Amino acid sequence: MVDRGSDDRMQLPPREVADVMPPHAHSWIGKYVFSQDAKYIAIQYSGTAVAIGLVALVMSWLMRLQLGFPGTFDFITAEAYYQFVTMHGMIMVIYLLTAIFLGGFGNYLIPLMVGARDMVFPFVNMLSYWVYLLAVLVLVASFFVPGGPTGAGWTLYPPQAVLSGTPGGAQSGIILMLVSLILFIIGFTMGGLNYAVTVLQARTRGMTMMRLPLTVWGIFTATVMALLAFPALFVACVMMLFDRLLGTSFFMPTLVELGEKLSYGGGSPIAFQHLFWFFGHPEVYIVALPAFGIVSDLIAVHARKNVFGYRMMVWAIVIIGALSFIVWAHHMYVSGMHPWFGFFFATTTLIIAIPTAIKVYNWVLTLWKGDIHLTIPMLFALGFIVTFVNGGLTGLFLGNVVVDVPLSDTMFVVAHFHMVMGVAPIMVIFGAIYHWYPKMTGRMLNEAMGQIHFWVTFIGAYAVFFPMHYVGLVGVPRRYFEIGEPEFLTAPVDGLNAFISSAALIVGAVQVLFLFNIFWSLRHGRKAGGNPWRAASLEWHTPETPPRHGNWNELPDVYRWAYDYSVPGAPEDYLAQNDPWVPDGEERRL
Amino acid sequence: MTVILAFLALVALVAGLWLSQQRLASKPWLETGIAPLAGHGPGRAPGFIFIAVFLAVAGGLFAMLGSAFVMQIEETPWELVPLPGRVWLNTALLLLASLFLQFVVISARAGTTRWLRASLIAASVATLAFLAGQVQVWIALTASGYRLEGAPAASFFYLITGLHGLHVLGGIIALGAVCLRHAGAGDVRALLPGVRACALYWHALLAFWLMLFALLQGWGNAFLALCRAAVS
Repeated sequence: MVDRGSDDRMQLPPREVADVMPPHAHSWIGKYVFSQDAKYIAIQYSGTAVAIGLVALVMSWLMRLQLGFPGTFDFITAEAYYQFVTMHGMIMVIYLLTAIFLGGFGNYLIPLMVGARDMVFPFVNMLSYWVYLLAVLVLVASFFVPGGPTGAGWTLYPPQAVLSGTPGGAQSGIILMLVSLILFIIGFTMGGLNYAVTVLQARTRGMTMMRLPLTVWGIFTATVMALLAFPALFVACVMMLFDRLLGTSFFMPTLVELGEKLSYGGGSPIAFQHLFWFFGHPEVYIVALPAFGIVSDLIAVHARKNVFGYRMMVWAIVIIGALSFIVWAHHMYVSGMHPWFGFFFATTTLIIAIPTAIKVYNWVLTLWKGDIHLTIPMLFALGFIVTFVNGGLTGLFLGNVVVDVPLSDTMFVVAHFHMVMGVAPIMVIFGAIYHWYPKMTGRMLNEAMGQIHFWVTFIGAYAVFFPMHYVGLVGVPRRYFEIGEPEFLTAPVDGLNAFISSAALIVGAVQVLFLFNIFWSLRHGRKAGGNPWRAASLEWHTPETPPRHGNWNELPDVYRWAYDYSVPGAPEDYLAQNDPWVPDGEERRL
Repeated sequence: MTVILAFLALVALVAGLWLSQQRLASKPWLETGIAPLAGHGPGRAPGFIFIAVFLAVAGGLFAMLGSAFVMQIEETPWELVPLPGRVWLNTALLLLASLFLQFVVISARAGTTRWLRASLIAASVATLAFLAGQVQVWIALTASGYRLEGAPAASFFYLITGLHGLHVLGGIIALGAVCLRHAGAGDVRALLPGVRACALYWHALLAFWLMLFALLQGWGNAFLALCRAAVS
């Protein structure tokens, strides 16, 4: 912790925020189980998200085994395949990525980075985790009910999602999925309100919005977006649950199933698509914006450079967040929309590329002439930039109506969204864990294991998803249990599918090494000290590592932004945010 | 999706006004020293901000329902549910509750107890009467053959009023908790942060209800048709 310039303390303005110590539990259960400390809640969120994410990873293996080696594994039936597809998608997008970025990193980093003792409402924060856990348990329960989990696809489109021809449609699978989603949204809303209010109201003295690290800007904007987007999914889930359980017809038109006319009638399936994608597209940025913020911080710290274009980075985050609410129908080009709407949504979709490109240029310019340390977090950050650019470029294809229509529902789309929304943010999650693990535990993760983990994951992910674009371009449709060799394929894909599946198995297996590293380093990792990366942002300047309850002895005062690296004349190659140092002969500037 | 987009435009306006106070054009890399924080003050306690942000979420929820309602009427035209006259009375009750609660805020701010207790009771009674009235409307509509599982227009009515009622019920519980917490306090000003947040919540729920009521009456679609005619 920095202690320079005590003369300034005499002239400090009064605090805008009262210094209140959050309630401190003394029992083991109060401290580690029903904890109200955001740092423990963050670990609970992350642990649960990773655990359920591993289930989704295993399901991706099973899918790939079927696609790569069709007819080899008898236990993978068509029904089971659709269930794997559905649960893999939903778990990865909602229960892993959203939960770990906002519930995990949000909880751990927001209070520390803004100089607060904890979240503003610790009890509500604790409830948020337990409702999330309940949502996960309800989801897992669907594996054990008659008929198993729903196989409706992660988009859960009605009417097929609630009909008997779909796995879990006429049984409990779809009900449990909808209940779980509703619970998740309730839990997230409790947490999200906390994250937003903490950033708005609990920043320490001197921590203006324009001094926040970009990680906080990313998580904050994503939280606001999620609070506004999740109601769409909530409404869609409640209405579909009513259709399934109470016989309403919100999304159900007049139907004949197996020769029998159903009691439904008058509803609109397309309305569900609008509601779903009104949530679904912002969801991409709910995951991406925290990743953008974290990557900015990783690059600045590990390249010893201030972030290039901080203001533009902040504006770009806000603009991307706002624009992402008016592009949802580009997921529905083939649903039969008016051509003018297609034109409008293609235009808004392409406009988002502008602030996104600004961010990419600024990352590259931050690296330019930086003192780049190829640490594991930096490797993952670089991996993210490359992957995100690749995924973004194929997004330009799919954002255009005329190109999207023939590519719609092919494996090209699967490859695109896995690059941009799967591999890219997961690279950031890994980078962030390698970066902040020393703060959370006081130990470094093992470097050799980290190198193996990065290179196998990075090369392996490209081995999986680059050829998958080609598989889609030759015409292989997505969501097919078994395709054979139909005439419409312009090239055979059997060998390529087997290659992709083998690569997927290897990439999945190396994640076990990462988990082993997490646990092994807890005891055997090199001792990290308080600030092993010599970083400037506040979380690295707590009096103790790991930070204890309440984070600080006395709340820190912030004198500068979070990116003062390689400042000429400074005593070290970084200046902490709470360091009052000014060059000799100069005065403070505001 | 017109309704939700209009609502989000409103949220964007508020967010834009707030962001305009955050010195977004400043150059933090040139600044050193302790800068003042914008947006902090006596009227902006964390609890109040919490409720304000929550209302943006709840508003999004109701706007989404409104959007779905308008969209479905346009796609698959139905007959609207003829709302009983009791709904008008219920609307008046919610309006009264909102006004009484504002009066509680004024009394608490002034530190006078004379009308505070009576206003608080009146607000609570009016709110409970609103809820009871909505249940009565449900019973009347069901008796007239407009069942939940019937035509989508009826399903929407029950869903929208049900979710709105749940929010009102949550508000009553929160108001009760605020009053209980400060029941023994000598100074009624201690009530102020709590009742101010509750009053904001009531006003917003009234606004949401007025919007939903207009949509359920079919006025929203008529208004949109008028807008479209004007544009085309």
